[in-house]
Amino acid sequence: MYKIVRKHVFNPTETLLEIEAPAVAKKALPGQFIILRVDEDGERIPLTVGGYDREKGTVTIIFQIVGASTYKLNKLEVGDCLHDFVGPLGRPTELTGEKVCVIGGGLGTAIAYPIAKAFHEAGKNVTAIAGFRNKDLIILHDEFKAASEPDQYYEMTDDGSNGNKGNVCVPLENLLSKGVKFDKVICIGPVIMMKFVTLTCKKYNVPECVCSMNPIMIDGTGMCGCCRLTVGGKTKFACVDGPDFNAYEVDFDEAMQRGTMYKAFEKKAYDEAKCNLFKKEAK
Amino acid sequence: MFKEYKPNMAPKKNPMPSQDPKVRAHNFKEVAEGYTKEMAMDEAKRCLGCPNTPCIAHCPVNINIPGFIHQVALGNFEEAYKIISESSSLPAVCGRVCPQETQCEMKCTRGLRPGSEPVAIGRLERFVADYHNAHATGEVVKPISNGHKVAVIGSGPSGLTCAGDLAKKGYDVTIFEALHLAGGVLVYGIPEFRLPKSIVQKEVDGLKALGVKVETNMVIGRVITIDELLKEYHFEAIFIGSGAGLPRFMGIPGENLKGVYSANEYLTRTNLMKAYREDSNTPIEHAKNVAVVGGGNVAMDAARCALRLGAEHVYIIYRRSLEELPARKEEVHHAMEEGVDFQLLNNPVEIIGDPETHLVSKIKVEVMKLGEPDASGRRKPMGTGEFREIDVDCVIIAIGTSPNPLIKHTTEGLETNPHGCIVTKGESGLTSREHVYAGGDAVTGAATVILAMGAGKSAAKAIDEELSKK
Repeated sequence: MYKIVRKHVFNPTETLLEIEAPAVAKKALPGQFIILRVDEDGERIPLTVGGYDREKGTVTIIFQIVGASTYKLNKLEVGDCLHDFVGPLGRPTELTGEKVCVIGGGLGTAIAYPIAKAFHEAGKNVTAIAGFRNKDLIILHDEFKAASEPDQYYEMTDDGSNGNKGNVCVPLENLLSKGVKFDKVICIGPVIMMKFVTLTCKKYNVPECVCSMNPIMIDGTGMCGCCRLTVGGKTKFACVDGPDFNAYEVDFDEAMQRGTMYKAFEKKAYDEAKCNLFKKEAK
Repeated sequence: MFKEYKPNMAPKKNPMPSQDPKVRAHNFKEVAEGYTKEMAMDEAKRCLGCPNTPCIAHCPVNINIPGFIHQVALGNFEEAYKIISESSSLPAVCGRVCPQETQCEMKCTRGLRPGSEPVAIGRLERFVADYHNAHATGEVVKPISNGHKVAVIGSGPSGLTCAGDLAKKGYDVTIFEALHLAGGVLVYGIPEFRLPKSIVQKEVDGLKALGVKVETNMVIGRVITIDELLKEYHFEAIFIGSGAGLPRFMGIPGENLKGVYSANEYLTRTNLMKAYREDSNTPIEHAKNVAVVGGGNVAMDAARCALRLGAEHVYIIYRRSLEELPARKEEVHHAMEEGVDFQLLNNPVEIIGDPETHLVSKIKVEVMKLGEPDASGRRKPMGTGEFREIDVDCVIIAIGTSPNPLIKHTTEGLETNPHGCIVTKGESGLTSREHVYAGGDAVTGAATVILAMGAGKSAAKAIDEELSKK
């Protein structure tokens, strides 16, 4: 069993859990993911590794409450155990390039942060951009800032409630148009955001643009093919070929469509889970 | 010829009691209900005990078939079980899923004459295994440990067999399984109505009772590599039975539309994740009109699951004719009885989606005709230039799988062929790496449970030969 040793609630929809999983902690690298199950009949939930402590033997995950399973996950407290926790899965992010820009959108920031940190610790020049819907949803402000060069951290909000209105493409385009040259831009966040970051990079001929895909998945070992996407005209599996891909080749529109496959089911299951837990608590 | 009784000269097999097709098409309970004692003894008496034993020669693990059947005829069912156990580790599984018509039953003397049927060897094997499981005391004598450590990668048919054979000899065996549940294709692939999961669980529990350790959530190659198992964890030999898990797609337009599944995904959602149960957290599309592309057992399983999930019309779309269908005869027969619509000599060329919702709406197929036999000996399907469209809201691609590349990518010096299958030396299953053996679909590409079991058995023998020399 995999014990929860730390829980931090960022806001009503985003939570961090630190989990005891020595075998996973020993091998995890930025960009990889894990799959967990809350209980015996639980769904397999894929989540990108948010951090790891090899000495303590723990792995950090940050998740958003979107459906019944993440709702149940969020109900767990320190000392509780997860039924299953497998990983690290997928290929780690390639830490090449001297001057890089790491972009996180919403919960994607949780995945972008360890990547930025790894580049920073390797002595690379890191620019970091994070985007959120509003200032209450900002996460990892200090951490992300510390993982980038001084004055090279940009934090944006859609509604401007933190004083910087706009999406992540605003500071990116601003820098690129001023002639800043990045060897590589890495973006992690909603598919629509990654699509527009990619278009911006293309416009300014950034040599390399990498995105971290997060499609629907079951086993995460290459068995089900559910996570497939089109990259450079070929079918690839995010779980074994990715999750990082050359963003210039990814068919984002198709990925967006595929991501909506079970929207209605998720919504219904989420409402039922809330209702059931409420009934249990009321008893 | 057996002397104790007169042979039963009935030309046909005792029919298998089965759930009514109309009823079973809507539930996940086992289709074939199994012989009673009386039926089994009556059927067993159809075996003539002929001296040339073609059945044994055509069994991939050479079970002493006339020997066990003779004991069934005499009513000595536990004795029959002992005889099967000498050669097979998973009789309850193989009795249900083996393609007997192309193996043991193919050359049975009783089936040679036109209009006559072979002895129902598979049904008898299943009867014996079920009888044993229902009556066994459950007491297992743990073998004395010989101190040698062996790792088995994958808990499918080859891994379970290899682990069982080695454990019986006193080896300290650990099975590493990538998923959260042991059983491999027996739990994620083959549906409940064909192979109840309680039977697989019993096999796994039996191994645990022998002292085998089962580590789930262990993706070998990622969590621990083959080299680490040898050097850091001090396993003296490794058996790789990681199967052929990677689904193949056709590469036709529209394959990534919403509502297009690989058979692996559809079956995994249904079987492993129990999407058929109302209380399941796993979603699956409850489509009305489903097209399953392919003609193997997996295609039949997917089609029959779709019916049970509430589809009104399920098509099997296969580019060759009925003759060439690679699925077990019984599965094809069951699927037809349940109302699956076989669209043969049809080759999908495109999957068409609704431009607004991106959901599947049609599958476009080319009508085929059969030409000259190809390399596989089957007549090659050729396009006629005639196309048609079938209205569907779900497409399941069941055209085969390839070995999972994860272990190949993470193990230096492990030789594979251009199809990604691990290369082994002869029967032993020894790979290009010292102390590393492999078998099952990881070596052959997608094949049958019994062949995988046979490979697990021979590798166990080879591992024992290597380690007992130490």
